[in-house]
Amino acid sequence: MSEIISHSAVAPATPSAPIAQPSAQSALGRIGSYGLWIGLAAILLTAPLVFRSGTALTVMSLMGIMIIFALSYNMLLGQTGMLSFGHAVYFGLGAYFTIHAMNAVIDSKLAIPVVVMPLIGGVAGLVFAMLFGWVSTKRSGTAFSMISLGLAELVGSSSLILRSFFGGEEGVSTNRAKLLRIFDWNFGPQVQVYYLIAGWCLLCIVLMYALTRTPFGRMCNAVRDNAERTQFVGYNPRVVRYIAFSLAGLFAGIAGGLATINFELANAALFGATQSGNVLLATYIGGAGFFFGPILGAVLVTFLQNMLSDVTEVWQLYFGLMFIATVMYAPGGLAGLIMMHRPLWRAGAIAKLLPGYLLMIVPAALVAVGAILLIEMITHLSVKAAEGPVMKMAGITFNAAGVPAWSLCIGTLAAGVLIWRFASGVAARGWDDARAVAREKGLTV
Amino acid sequence: MTATTSAAPMSAATTDRTAVANAVPPALEIRGLKKNFGPAEIIRGVDLSVARGERHAVIGPNGAGKSTLFNLISGLIVPTSGDIRLHGESVNGKPAYQINRRGLSRSFQVTNIFANMSVWENVRCAVLWPRGGRYAFWRGVDNNADVAARTHQVLTEINLLSRKDIPAGVLTYAEQRALEIGITMAGGADVILLDEPTAGMSKAETERAVELIRRISEGRTLLIVEHDMSVVFGLADRISVLVYGEIIASGTPTEIRNSAKVKEAYLGEEAH
Ligand SMILES: Nc1ncnc2c1ncn2[C@@H]1O[C@H](COP(=O)(O)OP(=O)(O)O)[C@@H](O)[C@H]1O
Ligand SMILES: [Mg+2]
Repeated sequence: MSEIISHSAVAPATPSAPIAQPSAQSALGRIGSYGLWIGLAAILLTAPLVFRSGTALTVMSLMGIMIIFALSYNMLLGQTGMLSFGHAVYFGLGAYFTIHAMNAVIDSKLAIPVVVMPLIGGVAGLVFAMLFGWVSTKRSGTAFSMISLGLAELVGSSSLILRSFFGGEEGVSTNRAKLLRIFDWNFGPQVQVYYLIAGWCLLCIVLMYALTRTPFGRMCNAVRDNAERTQFVGYNPRVVRYIAFSLAGLFAGIAGGLATINFELANAALFGATQSGNVLLATYIGGAGFFFGPILGAVLVTFLQNMLSDVTEVWQLYFGLMFIATVMYAPGGLAGLIMMHRPLWRAGAIAKLLPGYLLMIVPAALVAVGAILLIEMITHLSVKAAEGPVMKMAGITFNAAGVPAWSLCIGTLAAGVLIWRFASGVAARGWDDARAVAREKGLTV
Repeated sequence: MTATTSAAPMSAATTDRTAVANAVPPALEIRGLKKNFGPAEIIRGVDLSVARGERHAVIGPNGAGKSTLFNLISGLIVPTSGDIRLHGESVNGKPAYQINRRGLSRSFQVTNIFANMSVWENVRCAVLWPRGGRYAFWRGVDNNADVAARTHQVLTEINLLSRKDIPAGVLTYAEQRALEIGITMAGGADVILLDEPTAGMSKAETERAVELIRRISEGRTLLIVEHDMSVVFGLADRISVLVYGEIIASGTPTEIRNSAKVKEAYLGEEAH
């Protein structure tokens, strides 16, 4: 009996997990997963000691918010197979209800600290998701996506009408430092806000992971894979979708509450289409097929959004290219790419990949440099035509309309593509070799 | 009414079928069932009664409406008219999940599994509802010993325990068919509908599948669509012949074998 139980304890969360060993591994697995949580807590705790700058703190705070938001989105996309175009609705409403609650607390001088305020956002997200989800989760697939888009439009336009609640153009502002202090923390300084966000982030990650390991969480996957068949094992897929949608709204609302505490502001941009798109991009680029995928995506996308916008005006273009590349060449996202290597790692065959991968760096860098040069030169010539053809990049001043620059650009691209063909052959052979080793060891790839 | 049906001992049904059949309503009773798809009448007035514990085969040429009949009984589609009773209670027009919760489970002619989930997860999904898992999002699933034990038992029975951690989508065809049966039986339903469970299998695979079907239908009511006549005549207590949406004959294997009507309409042309 105990063996049966331990079998189930190591039953894979991911389809690619190899055949599990009995009890010994389940004990290890348990320690391993606790270790993972402790490691995560340690990272969140020490990050501000490593990255001390004000920018770093701001960006890390945004990452924490985006992690919760993206994970909540993936309860729909990756776990239950629901593509929503309006998830920011619950994020934004969570933000607004939080900020109004904060202002009410400040006005009435209630002894409530800002730490608990995201709960208000969570409840708002939950209530509105239960309301709107009642309609949208009656359908699945494309119809669900379209309804989610319609609801987003609806809430977006009502924000213009209900000005007293949504604050019109300038939105609603607050002062987070005016709520109850905890010891000598008033959560005014960014580092204190960071820790507030990090704490909520850790809690939400743990809770959302735990949700995947419940009967409901397992049936989400079943509905995603084959909604029809779930009806013949006693489940109403609509109820599963509805619960998933409601809980996703709860966590999105918490994220929105944290965002409003972070910005001390709530405006219509929070539940706009851009925000709904962002969370989709982050989740997809990180990898919707694995629980940790959206965490990677949230970190990467937030980082790029904040860093790229400093160095280039067309950062959204790069962003779009990255998304297209993910959809086309790595549909499993970053997490999918990583997990693809797991059986090879276990088989000890990962070294066989190194030569090919190292070789690939050369053409990848060449193509990247060529493409960036191309994009930036075109941007300069078209958008900044008034400034003339002379531009500056990476400290070098050159003529964007001149032959040398264009020769260099096209030459780099061409060389990159040529070397790519050769290097990808080497990489593919390394991949085949490593796979053969893994197969021999009985690790299915 | 419910009390008498559920109180009746299951094993009695196999030992003394007629006596039990008189005492309790049939496991499945279909009256005047019709289904039109637009102008096309696909099921044209079917009457069928399956006693508790009976193994009942439905045979008939391709396109006769056998799968449609299963879709109607299991709640996948709604009848145009007529009545379907499960243990004496009407389930007509009820959604599939409610019919399933009342103890009727079905398999599909075209394999219908959770392809991206592990074999273990596939079976466990079918175990959850009747074991009280329901929609619970506040309880863990991996530490549920009862669910794990039943999943383990089903996987052992369908001989897929050694494959439990691989995605169901990469199983061989015969293994997927076994899993299809496993998902169907896992919940412990007492009325089981199997739609061509051995279709596309080799001789040896068919034999193993029939053995499995015989075992899992022990003490249960089985309604099975099957093309392989040796399987049908070896397994079934009673046989109904469906042609163009109508049951033209219903009886014991011997009666069906000797029926001139059946020979003319079906067996004659199909004997190969
Ligand atoms: N959803 C549907 N819409 C229209 N026609 C259907 C539908 N389902 C089945 N049919 C038709 O009903 C007839 C019987 O199909 P089916 O029940 O699958 O036959 P069998 O299982 O006996 O081979 C076929 O002619 C088929 O084309
Ligand atoms: Mg059929």
